[in-house]
Amino acid sequence: MATERSLSPEARSILGTQVSRRAVLAGAGGLGAAGLLAACGGGGSSAGGDANAVRWGNWPLYLDFDEATKTYPTLEKFSEQTGIDAKYFEDYNDNDEFFGKVQAQLKLGEDIGYDVVTPTDWMAARWIRLGYAQKFDAANIPNKVNILDSLASPSYDPNRESTLTWQGIMGGFGWNVEKNPKGIRTLDDLFAPQNKGKIVVLTEMRDTIGVILLGQGVDITKVTEDQFMNAVDFMAKKISDGWIRGVKGNEYAEDLTSGDATAVIGWSGDMFILSSENEGKFDFAIPESGGTISGDNLMIPSTASAEGKLNGEKMINYYFEPAVAAEVAAYVNYVCPVKGAQAEMEKIAPELATSEYIFPTEKTASRLNVFRSLTPTEETKWSEAFQQAQGN
Amino acid sequence: MSLPKVRVPYLLLFPGFAFLFTFFILPIINLAQTSTQTPIAGGDTGQYEQTLAFSNYVQAFLDNKEQFGRSFLYATLATLFALAIAYPLAYAIAFKSGKFKNILLVLVVAPFFTSFLLRTIAWKQILGEEGFVVPGLRSLHIIGQQTTLTSTSFAVVAGMTYNFLPFMTLPLYASLERIDPRTIEAAGDLYANGITAFRRVTVPLSLPGVVAGTLLTFIPAAGDYVNAAILGSPNTKMIGNVIESRYFKIVDYPTAAALSFTLMAAILILVTLYIRKAGTEELV
Repeated sequence: MATERSLSPEARSILGTQVSRRAVLAGAGGLGAAGLLAACGGGGSSAGGDANAVRWGNWPLYLDFDEATKTYPTLEKFSEQTGIDAKYFEDYNDNDEFFGKVQAQLKLGEDIGYDVVTPTDWMAARWIRLGYAQKFDAANIPNKVNILDSLASPSYDPNRESTLTWQGIMGGFGWNVEKNPKGIRTLDDLFAPQNKGKIVVLTEMRDTIGVILLGQGVDITKVTEDQFMNAVDFMAKKISDGWIRGVKGNEYAEDLTSGDATAVIGWSGDMFILSSENEGKFDFAIPESGGTISGDNLMIPSTASAEGKLNGEKMINYYFEPAVAAEVAAYVNYVCPVKGAQAEMEKIAPELATSEYIFPTEKTASRLNVFRSLTPTEETKWSEAFQQAQGN
Repeated sequence: MSLPKVRVPYLLLFPGFAFLFTFFILPIINLAQTSTQTPIAGGDTGQYEQTLAFSNYVQAFLDNKEQFGRSFLYATLATLFALAIAYPLAYAIAFKSGKFKNILLVLVVAPFFTSFLLRTIAWKQILGEEGFVVPGLRSLHIIGQQTTLTSTSFAVVAGMTYNFLPFMTLPLYASLERIDPRTIEAAGDLYANGITAFRRVTVPLSLPGVVAGTLLTFIPAAGDYVNAAILGSPNTKMIGNVIESRYFKIVDYPTAAALSFTLMAAILILVTLYIRKAGTEELV
């Protein structure tokens, strides 16, 4: 079996040692963890923030966390080095939802409670279009040069003037090894009889429909409306025929552990963690026909104060130091966007330095595709079709 | 002291009115305005302008008839099941519990000590593949080996029944508890047997509780989306899920607003018909 496609045994064993600190967090339920942290701060309360602080809204389980001390080691170090009080909120749970929550304030130019936010590419594109993102002061982020060449010029921000990638996310197939001993490489493998009624796909349209489109031989960098609608119909049919059990966000992980789901269209990092927490009961692979890749981006909202912006830039710069990026990647297991982090990883966790899921080789990278950017009209129409297909 | 007496009631009403005006009337007006907007030509996602497009309502309803129907069906079922479970429970607490009455009442309210969301997620685990219910029923051959309980209408209705049960139990208890036991004794004196006394005396006297309980269950159940989101599948989506998705996922505020108004109107009509039928004098 190609280790390129599955988690290597080495990776599994190293992750096995990390189980304790992660398992507690995830085991208590993403809810518990997020709720706890939200209760500590909740963003908006400290309107404007004090001059020496930075408020960062990020996705759950997306920064190295020390279970023993209940702190984020890299963020602590940043605060020690700079004296900036970094306030971290794990309350970016969903792109649309977060946008819905802060949009009114952005429109009115009122503080949204964050100096740094972490939207996915297409959502970052929307913020930039609407003028809700501030341009970086390049002098404050010298480490910007460390971004991987492949990520340096996305269509929505060609010179990376207001965004920098936080982590890259691969979308592909995840499965329960006992129920799918041969693994899942194609749509036919996914929709195999043993998975009937136990398949969960992502609410993230570009990943779910992206993987389906790729399976149908469509180039998602150039997808047309007809091709897209065709793939949506395919999904709708699989739902009404009882193959697909649910369309979910991060909760698909719980369905896999509870046995309610045996196969998913999911995200690399999640599957990596699930596998390590469950003694290799789960596995992930990039589909034969190709997987999706997208990025979550560090961005400074238009409503951040001058001090908040400066502190945010310092923090972004800090996370683009290869050693720091390696430390984060060793924990989150998503694609690391920073040049030189692989060499740093050799020092702290050599087993992970060869992980295709953190540092994809060119061969792997060539199998990952970016969903093309959509016009506002397309965005509304396509997501409407995608929502209706899931019964909404 | 020197206030003319007539102003006192207005002063007492003021805080409540000010609160409702700010947090209910104003948002409702805003919602009404949003519901007739259409996208700005060439505008970005989420940008709408007022065009008094009342056709939004027709379109929104036609697109989501199925979810509307499902919402009212599920809410009705959950209300009936809750009534069937709560009535004997409330009856036992009111008449037969003796010194355990207070403990039982606390137990009825106890679920509120934890979050609604957590309790629903717990149901997901109870009904899940690796919970104890599914393997148990399978080994007894009550359900087939491939049958699952989560992601079904059954799970959604069961979750709703459970979550709204206290809202049914408490008003029922309150009205049963108020019944003068001597009226039931009097029925016995008039040669009514137990069943007849229950049917002719207890039930009619407890009707205010039934009306209040069913309303308190049905109204939130019809607009609920948490149970369908957590325990259901794409085939069990309710109107609340559609509104959420329209608002947050598609960023289609007008349709979300139109659907909300349609739901409110539908509930209002159904409730009015129900109260007329049940008789308002019962609603004490």
